Order: sequence, then structure tokens, then C-alpha cells
Amino acid sequence: MSTASAGGAAASGPPVPPADTPSSGPSGAAGPPGASGRKPRSALGTRAWVAALFLLPALALLGALVVYPIGYSVYRSFLDASGDGFAGVDNYREVFTDERIRTALKNNVIWVIVAPSVATALGLIFAVLTERVRWGTAFKIVVFMPMAISMLAAGIIFRLVYEQNPDRGVANAVWVGVHDTFKAPAPFPGAHPRDDRLLTGAGGAFTTRTVVKAGTPAVLPLVGAKPKDLKGAQAAAPPREAAGRVTGTVWRDFTRGGGGKPGVIDPGEKALKGVTVEAVRDGRTVASATSAADGTFTLPASADGALLSLPASNFAAPYNGVDWLGPSLVTPAIIGAYVWMWAGFAMVLIAAGLASVPRELLEAARVDGANEWQVFRRVTVPLLAPVLGVVLVTLMINVLKIFDLVYIIAPGASLDNANVLALQLYQSSFGTDVNQGVGSAIAVFLLVLVLPVMLVNLRRIRKERQR
Amino acid sequence: MTTLDTAVRAKRSLPARIAGRLGGGVMRLFLVVVGLFWLTPTVGLLLSSFRDKGDIAASGWWKVLSHPAQLTTESYSTLFSNDTVMKSLLTTALITVPATVLVVFVGALAGYAFAWLDFPGRDWWFMAVVGLLVVPVQVALIPVAKLFNSLGIFESTPGVVLFHTAFGLPFAVFLLRNFFAEIPRELLEAARLDGAGEIRLFLRVVLPLGGPAIASLGIFQFLWVWNDMLIALIFADSGNPPITVALQQQVRQFGDNIDILASGAFLSMAVPLAVFFAFQRQFVSGVMAGAVK
Repeated sequence: MSTASAGGAAASGPPVPPADTPSSGPSGAAGPPGASGRKPRSALGTRAWVAALFLLPALALLGALVVYPIGYSVYRSFLDASGDGFAGVDNYREVFTDERIRTALKNNVIWVIVAPSVATALGLIFAVLTERVRWGTAFKIVVFMPMAISMLAAGIIFRLVYEQNPDRGVANAVWVGVHDTFKAPAPFPGAHPRDDRLLTGAGGAFTTRTVVKAGTPAVLPLVGAKPKDLKGAQAAAPPREAAGRVTGTVWRDFTRGGGGKPGVIDPGEKALKGVTVEAVRDGRTVASATSAADGTFTLPASADGALLSLPASNFAAPYNGVDWLGPSLVTPAIIGAYVWMWAGFAMVLIAAGLASVPRELLEAARVDGANEWQVFRRVTVPLLAPVLGVVLVTLMINVLKIFDLVYIIAPGASLDNANVLALQLYQSSFGTDVNQGVGSAIAVFLLVLVLPVMLVNLRRIRKERQR
Repeated sequence: MTTLDTAVRAKRSLPARIAGRLGGGVMRLFLVVVGLFWLTPTVGLLLSSFRDKGDIAASGWWKVLSHPAQLTTESYSTLFSNDTVMKSLLTTALITVPATVLVVFVGALAGYAFAWLDFPGRDWWFMAVVGLLVVPVQVALIPVAKLFNSLGIFESTPGVVLFHTAFGLPFAVFLLRNFFAEIPRELLEAARLDGAGEIRLFLRVVLPLGGPAIASLGIFQFLWVWNDMLIALIFADSGNPPITVALQQQVRQFGDNIDILASGAFLSMAVPLAVFFAFQRQFVSGVMAGAVK
């Protein structure tokens, strides 16, 4: 990763020869602080006020706005909500016991485990696959682009994607489309008999009051079918009489603009196509048929003397897809939006690492008879391990700070279910449940979580500079 | 390498080569599908921003593909004639530009000092600054709010600028010190012998040579500040908020404001996207250097 941290910027710069002789450049890291005076950089050395002039603005800003707040947050986290009384560890206890904060903690654990690993895995796949495709750069730009936009914009984008109504939200439109491909939707949701005279029923299924006889056509009038389900429907035809068979018609017993007699096929009344009709005798289905385009259906002779039933599957409410932003799915849905934004980051870093993997090693493995998958698993991934580690850790730190995306995507009703620490910190400090003691405790907790990374960073940079 | 290639090729049998071709086709198809998948959400927002409210409520944006006549620029003209939105874009610019310039300048000063000046404990100071890279901004919210309140710059543009500058500095110092350290020593010695003082040296030699690193840092910081919502939400003047906060206030009634949100979000994305497409290379190197964060 040394290449990606310092070298990344240098790579785009002019061809400046690195200062690699041990006596030049800032290589004093190995020695104790005082030892840097050993190698004066100019004949005069640096006067103290010059160094101060260069450093003061940065150190003053960092001291006042980054270092001091750390100390103050630690101190404040031991005070009560008003900031007047000493609260001991009460705030920390609340962080681990309060129901909402515990949800936030739990969600944060899910976030930290799932989001970075999914983004890194996708980044690895994309980086490896695009390597040998000519238009790989175009693909990379498409995947990397979301990084340039704000979490707010991404949040609005995904609010639109996750709209519950499948007519508006693309995620549900696709989901429902796939679902309906495998399970045909009910043809006439909401259709029902006008009254109980001919058809009666409960639970969405309707049954004739009297048994049907072969040769005596059955009429099955319904109302309440939705106009959009009737688009392009033919006019209903009276049932043809067929010797030895049970025939009938299913139609919408409703004449536009009024008129028409109930239970009679009047001119202009529409046929209901594709309705399943079952013949039921003694509670068992003995035959079934589906109504044709003109609403007629024909059942075999075995239906003679049975009751006709229109099963509930004809009238079930349409499948409405998944409630993406409901309580149970809201966190995975927001993680999806995050992965959309950050997979490009992983991809770019991994691609840079991949470019520095020696080709000879891969070719040698291939010559030795390894197939592509083996080369990938046994050579590429181990060589990339340091880069993958840095990407994972970077994303984990980034995820701990996630705030905007959750705040924007989660609708008010499931905001508590989607809660994360950074959001709770905001709510505790400035939002609805003001208790700056608890807010500070969460801040300190976040800081403690990133502390190991800080130490690892420092060790790595020290090592790099000692070379 | 070429000989190796031929050797590999010769070793692979015909079925293996056909399988390889097929695999290549599947791989390309996969990439195309993923690429479209990645574009869809943004395209959805873009198309929605060109529809009127009634159409958005009635049907999904993909209906536009079969009825292009539905497209209208109405919501954009509403937006452009809306003073609040235009003012919030201006506020965003008034925060972003100074915060970017300040980070670059203050960071370059310190980066140069850490690379080429002598002072006691230099390396420890540098380590301390780099250690601050990972401090989450959230840690500073309450203390800095209190501090700014007593200074009278809470809920004002200067406060937001200072906050962004401070939290951009560890990365700026880290990136620029590493870059400046690569400047050939002879160049600086020669300038010093010619009688240039440190300040002249910094302004005339170091800053110009730092171009590429400064560009990366500047773009990175620019996008970060432009896109920020959290800091703006707390520290910006709520009566005259930047665009992210102005839009955020509309999100709670998502359905009612969807037309404004769609076009507003796109307007707020226009600048970052333009920067991204114009300075992709610099952005990538900034991101890579920032991976220590």
C-alpha cells in the first residue's frame, strides 16, 4: 500500500527524482527529535520564527478545532445532560442500554461488517474483469462517478429507486416483474358479485348458489373489475350450448352510463378473460376451465351437478413488491446505496494495486498449468492482500461516520430502525433527544473505535520513512 | 513476455480456447449489465427531474422512454426563478472556495516546513498531525459549536469554512509534505544561494512545483466541502443555508416535493460532476492518497 498512499499523488506529478540518498530529504524519522539538527539544510539553518510562521496557522487550527475538541468531548462525556453535574459513567451506561442507541450499535456492527466487504469484493471483481477489456476505462468511470456526488444527492436518488409503489420505484418494478413472471398475477383484482343472488362467497372466492346442469348455460356476472384490467376486453358473448357439457360466461355486469339488467348480458358489457372457473362437488374440485376472450368457458360433463366456484386467485390484490424502506429491510437497502457509491473507490485502488502485480508471476502460473480461477485465487489475491486490507479498513472508518445517507433515505417511520451511531450522535447533540453528555459519550466511543487504525497508520508511515 | 504468451497459447487446446472466448463474452456481457445497473439510479433521477409533478406521481420515470413528449423543463425554470435555491447555491460556493483555498495554502505552508525546515521535534509534530487523519468529524461537533458560539461565528459562513479547513488539514499536510519532500535538494539549495529567503522560496519555487499534488488536494477538498451536509446542518446560517441543507429540509415531505428535489439534487450534482469529469486523474490520485484516512 505504500505505493497507493504516498506514490499515488507523486505518480501524477512531474518526473521528479526521489531524494533517496540517506543524507538528503526528510529522513530524520529514525532519530530522536533533537537529532534532526544534525543535518542542517542550509548554511544558516532555519530561524525559529520562520518555522513558526510556516507552522502556526496549521497547528493553531488543528489545536483549536480537532485536538481540543477531543479533550473536551472526553470531559463532557462525564457530565450530565445540562453540563452542570458530574454523571460518572452514566452516559456510557446509557449508550449501551438505551433501546434506540442499542439499535444504532447493532446496525453499526452490520454496517461495518457488510458494507466494506461487499464494496471491496465488488471492487476486486470489477478491477480484475476490466483489466483485459478495451472499454474498461469507460466502465470504471461509470462505477466511480457516484463518488463525486453528495450523500444527499445519492439519498434522493435511492429514495426514488426504493419507492414502494411498483409503478414508481424501479427496484420494486423489477422485483414485481420478476415475481409475476413466475407467478401470474390475478387477472381481475377486486372484482366481486353485485349481490348474493347468484354467487356467494367468503375469503375472496365465490361459489354459485345452485348446481349447474349440462346443457343449461351458467351466467357468472361480476362487478368491480378495474378499468385498467379491462383495457382491450371484448364484448361478452352468451354461452354456447354444448351437448353434455357445462358452459357459461364470466363478464362485467355493468353498462357504462347506466341501463342494463343485472344478471343479463346486455350489449356492450365486457367479457372477463382468463378467469379460472372450477367445478366443485362435495368440497372437491372435479374440473376447471379458464374463460376465453369473449368470457365463455366450457367444462366437461363431469362438472354436471357440481357447484361452480371462482377461486380467490382471480381476485387477489396485486403483488406489491417489497417494502424496501420498511423497518426490517431499511438498513440493507441503505447499505445498497452506500455500496453503489463506494464500490468505485475500492475498484480504483485495487486496480492500481493490480497494475503493480508483476505480469511474469501470473504468466508463470499459467505456464505451470493453473487455470484462470487458480491464478486469481492463488497468485493475484495474495499479492493484492495489502491493498485489500487498506481498502477494507478505510471503508470501515468511513462507515463508522455514515450519517447523511441514513438520515436522507430512511423515511420518518423507520428512521429509528435504521439508526446508526453517527446519526444518534447528531440527534443526541442537536436533534430531537438533546443530551450532550450522551452525545459526547458516543463521540468518544467512535474515537476509540478508530484509534487502532490511527496507530497502524502511524507505524506504517514511520516504517516507510525509515527506508 | 511475448515468448511466454506464445508458449501459453500453444499449450492451450482448441476446446480450452473456445471456452476462453465464451468466457470472455460472458464477462463482457456481465460488465455491460453491471454498468447499466450502475447508471440506472442516476438516469432515473435525471429523467424524473424533467417530468412534471403529476407524471411523477402517476408513473415511473421509465415510462418516459416510450412517451418522450412528457419531458418538460418546468421544474428547472421554477428552480432558477426561486431565490432561495439560487442563494443556497451561492452560499455553497462561498463556503467551498475559501475552504479549499485555505486548506491548500495552510497545508502547503506546514507541508513545506515538515519537508524542508529545521525545528526541534519536527518528526514528532508531523506524526501528531498525521495521527489526526482518522479523527471523525463527529467528535468535534459539540465542542466546536460551543467554541464558535462564544466567538460569535456559530451559524455563519466563516465558521463552516474554518471547520472544513481544520478537518482537511491533516490530509493536506500529509499529502503535500510527501510531495514537497521529493523536490530535488539541489534546486532549493541553489535558490537559497541566490539569496532567496524561505518565504520567497516557498512562493516562487515550492508552490509552483507542487502543482499536481495541489490540484489533487484542491479537487478532493472542493468535492468534500461542496457535498458536505452534516457540518453545514449544524454550523451554517440556517436562514441562508447551502444547497445540501436547503434540499434536506424538503426531503421529509419527499412525495410532495419530488419535482423540486429531483431537479435540485441534479443542480447540486452539476458542479461536482463537472469537476469529476474534467479532473478525473487528479481526483483519482487524491482518492488514492486519501486512502490512509
